[in-house]
Amino acid sequence: MLPQTADYMRLLPEIVLTVFGMIVMVMDAAAEGRGEGRSRGRSIGRIKDRRIEKILGAVALVGSLAAITATFVQAQYPGFAFWNMVQVDSFSVFFHFLVAAVTAVVILTSFEYMEVQQIRAGEYYALILFGAAGMSLMSSAVELVLVFIALEISSISTYVLAGFRRRAAISSESSVKYFLLGSFATAFFLYGVALMFGATGSTNIATIGDVLRSGQIPLLAYAGVALMFVGLGFKVAAAPFHIWTPDVYEGAPSPVVGFMSTAPKAAVFAVLLRIMFEAHAPGRIGLIWVVAALSMTIGNLGALVQDNIKRLLAYSSIAHAGYLLVAYAALPDNGIPAAMFYTASYAAMNVGAFAVVSHFGSAGERYVTLGDYSGLGRRSPLLAATLTIFLLSLIGIPITGGFFAKFYVFSAALQANLVGLVIVGVLNSAVGAYYYLRIIVVMYMREPQQEVPVARIPVGLGFALAISLVTTIYLGVLPGRVLEYASRTATAWMR
Amino acid sequence: MHLILFLAFGAVCVAGAVNLLVQKHPINSALSLVVVMGSLAAEYLLLGAEFVAAVQVIVYAGAVMVLFVFVIMLLNAGEEEETKGSRVAMIFGIPGMLVGSLLIAWVLIEHSGNKSLAAGALPGPPKTIGWLLFHDYLLPFEVTSVLVLIAIMGAVVLAAAPASAGGRKD
Repeated sequence: MLPQTADYMRLLPEIVLTVFGMIVMVMDAAAEGRGEGRSRGRSIGRIKDRRIEKILGAVALVGSLAAITATFVQAQYPGFAFWNMVQVDSFSVFFHFLVAAVTAVVILTSFEYMEVQQIRAGEYYALILFGAAGMSLMSSAVELVLVFIALEISSISTYVLAGFRRRAAISSESSVKYFLLGSFATAFFLYGVALMFGATGSTNIATIGDVLRSGQIPLLAYAGVALMFVGLGFKVAAAPFHIWTPDVYEGAPSPVVGFMSTAPKAAVFAVLLRIMFEAHAPGRIGLIWVVAALSMTIGNLGALVQDNIKRLLAYSSIAHAGYLLVAYAALPDNGIPAAMFYTASYAAMNVGAFAVVSHFGSAGERYVTLGDYSGLGRRSPLLAATLTIFLLSLIGIPITGGFFAKFYVFSAALQANLVGLVIVGVLNSAVGAYYYLRIIVVMYMREPQQEVPVARIPVGLGFALAISLVTTIYLGVLPGRVLEYASRTATAWMR
Repeated sequence: MHLILFLAFGAVCVAGAVNLLVQKHPINSALSLVVVMGSLAAEYLLLGAEFVAAVQVIVYAGAVMVLFVFVIMLLNAGEEEETKGSRVAMIFGIPGMLVGSLLIAWVLIEHSGNKSLAAGALPGPPKTIGWLLFHDYLLPFEVTSVLVLIAIMGAVVLAAAPASAGGRKD
């Protein structure tokens, strides 16, 4: 009994990403050997190195685009693969597409960043592709053992990516902090899986669901869910497991922050959806209620006092994890689509916002405080307008994706009679509006204290910004199709 | 007899783990880790998982520990420096940990009456494990290679000398 062709087809995006990751890795090593021979004249070698890195980035970009194509192929083969390890359904295809798209946008952003910051880029692109493979796998895995391994792949690659600014001590700090706390959190997840196995005798999510639905729920299952939630809650930066977020986001390279605040989070949210709804996790509503309310409140209050824009966006991502979690407390048939929609629109606006931040930061990420942004509206109207739209979307203003995302989440929660949680959420949105608007006000209405240079927007970054911008507005104007797609998933699950 | 042995090895294991944390010199900590790994192997054996027990001894107590000791010697790691430690960890961490472990222990004891598995009920012999590993769990097994690959890459990236101003190291 060997794996069939269909098995491989159901795994195609992961295979494509891994193969391209390997190609980039090998090409980097091969180019380096030759580069040494050539770089007798330093400056010529340097230019050649830059060219090699551009090529590596282009290969990685092709890889992520191929992965997007592969998701369409994968969608033709719904079903289980590799003996119930992986399930391809519209749900997993949705997240595969999302992860691959975010990867492509982040690679586009990285071209300029790598050059300006003078970072060796070879392994960088390979790690992004491998990480994306892990995240994709997470969203289709229906076996907790596989979820764990995929989670580790995505986490380890982000730990390393966070430390890529080798010349900045703050980056190493961020990498080490993320690594230590992250491994600790993964251990919690693993222990939770073990307890779940003890309670139900299986690590397959569907089987766990059947066992938990059929009989009296053992106390052990509650403990298992709680511990798994600790591990996953850490990865999505939900309070009270959020302490690492501002420090890590501040130190990590900006495109990487854009990556790790969206793609791995989307994958973990997918896993959480499966565990909470398909595995019929007991004690869901109470647990989510507390964590969502805490995340929203802590995230928004923390962001109020930040002066560094990366830290501010870090707190904002904690708050957004909270809003998203509200959907998990709702009923499955409108909670699941709401959560999926929110993940997609958050990915679009956040990747875009960090693309602007990474362009504006310039060499050594010097310009990251709020004061540096003053007067940006006059010096670079296009950049300022783009950032404004992303920020408006993060607030949740109509005609942007953020509005419908919040709207669906809160209305799903209302239908589940979670009035208290919705009130907390709406109050928090109001608080959140203050600090996002503060950035906009600074950009347009304040005179700059010092001359901050703004470089021209290169082609790659332009594409990245355009894609995120179009997606954000598309989701805000015509949310119907995406939402309908997400709802079909939910009905397929709950039948 | 089984139970007594199991509890005894369990106690040794926990004591080794605590000692690992308390010891100041890395070599002492590494040797306590050997005790932890060894007693875990004994626990596996008592549960009827003889293959896993053997692997535990060979891989963890053997190979991994040798690597640990080598690294400690190569780095010539000396005694740990005392730091004050954070007050938050003292006030919340230790009681939190105690409450947490007691809670889990209580849940486990509460549960143990329900449907405990007899020793040896889970797959133990190499043949079943081989079948599981290379058939049912083939995909996780293969994907682990990607995990190892990126771990190696990560180590290379983070340990390599920072690039010179030219970008690549010359």
